[in-house]
Amino acid sequence: MSLSPVDLPNSYIGRAMPRPNLARLTQGRGEYVSDLSLPRMLHVVFLRSPYAHAEIASIDSSEAAKMPGVARIVTGRELAEICSPWVGVLSHLKGLKSAPQHALAVDRARWQGEPVVAILARSRAEAEDAAERIYVDYTELPPAVDAFAAATPGAVPIHADLGDNIAFERTLDAGDVEAAAAASDHVIAQRFVFGRHTGVTLEARSIVADWNRAAQRLTVHVGSQAPHMMQNIIAKHLAIEEHQVRVLTHDVGGSFGIKVHVYAEDMAVSALAKLMGRPVKFFADRLESFVSDIHARDHVVDGRIGVTRDGRITFFEIDDITGIGPYSVYPRTSAVEANQVVNLVGGNYAVPNYRARARVVFQNKTPTSQYRAVGHPIACSVTEGLVDLAAKAIGMDPVEFRRRNLYADDAYPCTAASGIRFEGLSHHASLDKLLAMMDLPKLRADQAAARVRGVHRGIGLASFIEITNPGPAFYGVGGARISSQDGAAVKLDATGCVTVQSSITEQGQGSAAIIAQVTASAIGVPIERVRVILGDTDNTPYGGGTWASRGAGIGGEAAFQAGRALRDNLLTVAAAILQSTPEHLDIRQGVVVDAADGRARLELSELARIAYFRPDTLPRDMQTELMATRHYVPRDYAFAFTNGIQASYLEVDTETGFIRLLNHWVVEDCGQPINPLLVDEQVRGGVVQGLGAALFEQCRYDDQGQMINANMADYLVPMAGEMPDIAVGHVITPTAESAIGAKGAGEAGTAGAAACVANAVNDALSPFGVVITEIPLTPEVVLQALGRV
Amino acid sequence: MKAPAFEYLRPTSVTEAIALLGQHPEAKLIAGGQSLLASLNLRLSQPSHLIDIGRLPELRGIAVKNGVLRIGALTRHAETMAAPEIATHAPLLKAAIHHVAHAAIRTRGTIGGSLANADPAAELPACILALDATLIIAGPHGERREAAADFFTGLFGTTLAPDEILAAIEVPLAAANAVHGFQELTRRSGDYAIVGLAAQGLRGANGLSALRLAWFSIGSKATLTPHAAAALLGPAPSLERAAAALAEELEPHDDLQANVATRLTLARVLLRRVAGPLLTPSGIAA
Repeated sequence: MSLSPVDLPNSYIGRAMPRPNLARLTQGRGEYVSDLSLPRMLHVVFLRSPYAHAEIASIDSSEAAKMPGVARIVTGRELAEICSPWVGVLSHLKGLKSAPQHALAVDRARWQGEPVVAILARSRAEAEDAAERIYVDYTELPPAVDAFAAATPGAVPIHADLGDNIAFERTLDAGDVEAAAAASDHVIAQRFVFGRHTGVTLEARSIVADWNRAAQRLTVHVGSQAPHMMQNIIAKHLAIEEHQVRVLTHDVGGSFGIKVHVYAEDMAVSALAKLMGRPVKFFADRLESFVSDIHARDHVVDGRIGVTRDGRITFFEIDDITGIGPYSVYPRTSAVEANQVVNLVGGNYAVPNYRARARVVFQNKTPTSQYRAVGHPIACSVTEGLVDLAAKAIGMDPVEFRRRNLYADDAYPCTAASGIRFEGLSHHASLDKLLAMMDLPKLRADQAAARVRGVHRGIGLASFIEITNPGPAFYGVGGARISSQDGAAVKLDATGCVTVQSSITEQGQGSAAIIAQVTASAIGVPIERVRVILGDTDNTPYGGGTWASRGAGIGGEAAFQAGRALRDNLLTVAAAILQSTPEHLDIRQGVVVDAADGRARLELSELARIAYFRPDTLPRDMQTELMATRHYVPRDYAFAFTNGIQASYLEVDTETGFIRLLNHWVVEDCGQPINPLLVDEQVRGGVVQGLGAALFEQCRYDDQGQMINANMADYLVPMAGEMPDIAVGHVITPTAESAIGAKGAGEAGTAGAAACVANAVNDALSPFGVVITEIPLTPEVVLQALGRV
Repeated sequence: MKAPAFEYLRPTSVTEAIALLGQHPEAKLIAGGQSLLASLNLRLSQPSHLIDIGRLPELRGIAVKNGVLRIGALTRHAETMAAPEIATHAPLLKAAIHHVAHAAIRTRGTIGGSLANADPAAELPACILALDATLIIAGPHGERREAAADFFTGLFGTTLAPDEILAAIEVPLAAANAVHGFQELTRRSGDYAIVGLAAQGLRGANGLSALRLAWFSIGSKATLTPHAAAALLGPAPSLERAAAALAEELEPHDDLQANVATRLTLARVLLRRVAGPLLTPSGIAA
C-alpha cells in the first residue's frame, strides 16, 4: 500500500476517542464474574493457614459440616485426588526449581494465607459461619522470613527435597568490569532496598466454575488476563481435554498482572465444581486478597557504578536478592522479575562492561510473581540512582551526564551489555522533549528560591527502557503453554456491520477500543459498526491474552491483518457486483467507493445482502468469504523495547519527613499510538502505581511471617489527593516489524516513577548530605536518614 | 467477608432504646455505622442485636441555648461542617471536621458515634477535650452529665455503661478572644493521622490563657497536656518548654505508621506549627 495504515483517509489509528464500552461500564451495566449468580450455585470459602509455616496434624470439620447451608467440606488430601499438583518452573531459566504445589495445602502450610480447607455452602455468609467451626491442629514450624537468612548455606530448606532455599540464581559478566573499575576515577557503591507490594485491583479475583455432567464440560468464568492459558492448565490438572474446558473472562475490574497467574483457588474451584456437579463461586475478599494475590518486588540490590572525570560511565554491577515466598508461581514462575532486573540494569546506556548476580530465594511469605512493569522499577531505580550518584561524584549536571552516556538515537539496531536487542529507541529526543515540557531552568530557580525560605524541593530524572510485545522468548521457549501469538477473526454481518473476535483480553485498559479502532481502520468502516468480542475460549482465536504490554502491538496487528484480509475479500465481491476491479475500489466509512474520486458505489450492507441471500446472482465460480482470520507474532525481535524518561518535582518537609509531589512529567515512545487518550491514561495509571511503590505501598511482615497490614486501612494505596499532575508527552518510533507499528504502553509509567521520585528526594536533601535509596519513602525513613529520630 | 448474623431492632424513643440495651447485653447501638459496619464485616465484632438509633428525633439537632451550643449525638459530620452555629460558636470543630475521613463517611458518620467509639486516632474526641465540652448521657435513671476530660478511659473506652446512650454534647460558646488551631499529619488525605493536635485558648493583652492542647493518634486515647499548655500561657510563653513537657505528658505508641520516637518528634513539630501562631496577635492556625 502506498499510504501507511495510520494515514489512511478514514483511519481511527492514532485518534484520541472514547472507548466503545465506556457507557456500559460507567452506567453500571458491566458484567463481572463477581456479580455472576447461577442456579444451584455454591459459594466456597477457604480456611487459610494462620501461620507462615506449620504442619497440619489434623482437621476436624465434623461440627462445621452440620452447620446450616453447608454442602461439603473438602481438605487438601481429598482435593489432591482430583486435581494434580503443579510446579512453577521454566526450562530456559536454567536451574530454576520449585516444589509441587497443591490447590489446598496437604500436610504442611507454607505461608500465612495459604488455603487449607474449602467450605462449600449456599451462601458466602453460611460458609464463613462454618469456617469458624473447623478446627485445624497445626504444629508451628520456624518460618523463613528474611531472604538473606533463607539463602545462607545451611539454612533449613522450606522444601527438604530441594536441598536449599535458592530457587534460581543467574550470573552475567559482560566486558571487563575489573579493568573498567581500575580505569575509573570514581567507583560508587550503594544498596537499594525495594519494599514488597501487591497490585490492588478494584475488583478482587473472582471465579465461577460449572461442570456439566451431561456435556462432560467445565465452564469457567474467571477474571483472567489469559483465558487460553487457563483453559490449558485447568484441563491438564483435572485430567480432561482442553476442549472440555471453556473459559470466559467477562468484564474484569483491573488486573496489573495480578490476574495473569494460576491461583490455588482457581484450581480448587474448578476441581470442586467437577466434584459437586454444581456451579461453585469464589470471590476473594480484601483481607484474603492481600495474602493470596501475588506480591511483587521485595528486592535488595547492591549496585556499583564506575565513572571517569570527563563524565563517562565505565561499568555497572549489581547483586540482587529477592524473596519469592514458598513456591515459584505457576506457570510464569517467580524468577522472571529478578531475571528482568539482570537484563535491564544499565540497558539505556552505552556501557559494555556489566556484571550481575541475582538470587531468587524461597521464604514463608505470600508468593511473588509478575506485576505491572516486572523488574523494571527495580532496574530503573538502581540504574538511575547510580547514575545520579556518579554525576554527583564528578560534579556534573545529571542532565548533561545522561546526554553523554545514553545510547545515541542513531545507534540502532544495537545490543546492550546484557544481550538485549534494540530495534530503535529515542533516548535523546525523549530527554529533549522532557526538558522542554518541564522548563528545567525555571524549576531550578524555584528550587533555589524555596531553599532560601527553608523549603526543600528536589528535581529527579529517570530514563527507562521497557520490554513490550514479547514473542515466545518469555514463556514458550521455557516450555510453558502460553501463546505468544494472537489472533483475530473479522466478520461482516448481513447488515454491513463488523464483528471482531480477538484473543486479547480487556481489564479496563481499553483493549476493546483499540481492537475496534484498528479493525475499523483496516476495513474502512465507521467504528460504531464494529463489535468486539474478547475473553471467551469458545468464541475467539487461540492466543496469549493481555499482559506484558502486548495487547495493542500483537493483538492489534492481528486484528489489522484480519481486517485487511476481509477488506480484500469484500473488494473482490464488490468488483464482481460492480463490474470493476478491486484495484479501482476502496472501502471508506462503510461504503465501497471509487478509489480515484471517492464516489460512492455500493453500501457494504448491500454487498452483504447479495453475498448472503442472493449468491445466485454472483459469478458461478465466486464463493464469498466475508470472514477472515489472521494471527500474528513478532519474529525479528524477542521484544519490542520502548523507552522514555520521567521527571519528578517534589517537596520534602524535613521536620516531618513528609513528601509532597508537586509535578510529574513523562515522555515515552511506544511507537505508533493507536489511541493517544488511552495511552496517556495508561501512562498516568502506571505512574500512579509507581508512585504508590515510591511512597506508600508495602506488604509488611513481622518476624513470624505474619503480614501485619493486610487491609485497606493499613496498606496504603496511592489516592488522587496525593497525586501530582502528570504531564505526558510522546516521541514516536514505530516498530518496523508490524504494519501498525505499535509497541506496548501499559507499563512504562510504572517503570520509572519511583526512580525519579527517589532521585528528586535526594536532590531535595542534598544540603543535608543524605542519600536515601529505599522505598517506600515513608516519613520515618526520611526522618531516620536525616538523623531526626 | 460477610457480617455474622444479628437481630435488628429499631426503637422509636431513647427510652425504648435504653430498655432494649438492658434486655440484650450483647447488643450494639448503630447510628451512622461507619466504624461498626466495617468491624462487623471483618467479623471483629459479633453483636447479638443491632439497635438502630439513627432515626430518633431526640438525638438530633444543633441549638444555641442558655449560653451553650448543644449538638445532638446524631449530628452527621456533614451537618457539623455546614452548620452556621458551629462555625460561629465552635470554630475549632469547623476547622477539624473536614479532616474526618472522606465525604461519603462524613455524610453518614455521627458525632455521637465517633465520641462513643473513642478511637484514639479520631479527631472529634480530641476536639471536645480542647473545647472543654460536656457530654449528656441518657440512661435508665435519666440523664447524667460528664466533662469530656473524664469521659475517655482508654483504647476505645468510655464511661458509658452498657445501657447508656450518648445523647448530646454541650460546648461552651467560643469567646470573642478565643483562638484555636488544628492540624494533623496524615500520609493520605482522609486517613487516620499519625499524630494530631486540637487547641483552643483565649488571648489577651497578657498573652494566652485557658489554653487546652488536645492530642489524638498518640497513646491509647485523646489526651490533654496541661503542662505543655501552661508553658505557653502569659507574657513569657516558651515553645521549647512546652515541647519538652510533651515527653512527660504524652505516651506515644508504636504502630505501622511510626515508632515512639517518630511520634514524639512529630508531636513536637505539630506543637510548634499549631501553638506557634496562637502566640502571635493575628494567628489562627488551622
